[in-house]
Amino acid sequence: MDNFIPQIFTTSASLVDSVDRKLLVVLRDGRKLIGVLRSFDQFANLVLQDTIERIYVGDAYGDIPRGIFIIRGENVVLLGEIDLDKEDELPLRQVPVEEILLAQREEMEARARREKLKNKLLHDQGFSVDFTETDLY
Amino acid sequence: MLFYSFFKTLIGQQVTVELKNDLAITGILTSVDQFLNIKLDEIRAVDEAKYPHMMAVKNCFIRGSVVRYVQLPASAVDTALLQDAARREAQQPTTGGAH
Repeated sequence: MDNFIPQIFTTSASLVDSVDRKLLVVLRDGRKLIGVLRSFDQFANLVLQDTIERIYVGDAYGDIPRGIFIIRGENVVLLGEIDLDKEDELPLRQVPVEEILLAQREEMEARARREKLKNKLLHDQGFSVDFTETDLY
Repeated sequence: MLFYSFFKTLIGQQVTVELKNDLAITGILTSVDQFLNIKLDEIRAVDEAKYPHMMAVKNCFIRGSVVRYVQLPASAVDTALLQDAARREAQQPTTGGAH
């Protein structure tokens, strides 16, 4: 731990400029959270306020309000600053939560079926198929 | 430390960062830190239709741990300098390699 150079002495990729901004956070489990960044640390642990979880399926998306999140840094893939103008002219349509959750479940089931088929074919060829993908982003 | 210093020389260049999930993002490198976290400006996801969530995002911070490759313009790299630095680093590693 004492080998870490204190951030204040380096030209750091600091998140201090992103505080109090509306950000998109992509997590390793594939979730996309949109919220206002309130706090961070050297591990990229984050505090997000007024967070919504946005689920994208095809050309549609749905939002679930989630409140305040404390995210452990190891799960963070990237943070994006949302351009509020571009956000208004997205070629995607917003749908109610129930609809998007249904669409998401169908997409997951389709993916599971493909995986199962692939695993069966590999197994028949003599490959070991005990690997489960945990990074779903 | 070597690659941190190397990336610092590339600030301002357009690079493409490929993540471990195959998502590739092109943008201008604005900053880098000791963990090789990367900040890019004016980004464009290479396969936009596949990653709709990136459409409204213009700058991003990418955690170093999820990067697979950083594609750079060859003209921006002084290979002789890099080789020298690597040789020196091999003789005397500066900061800890074990995290």
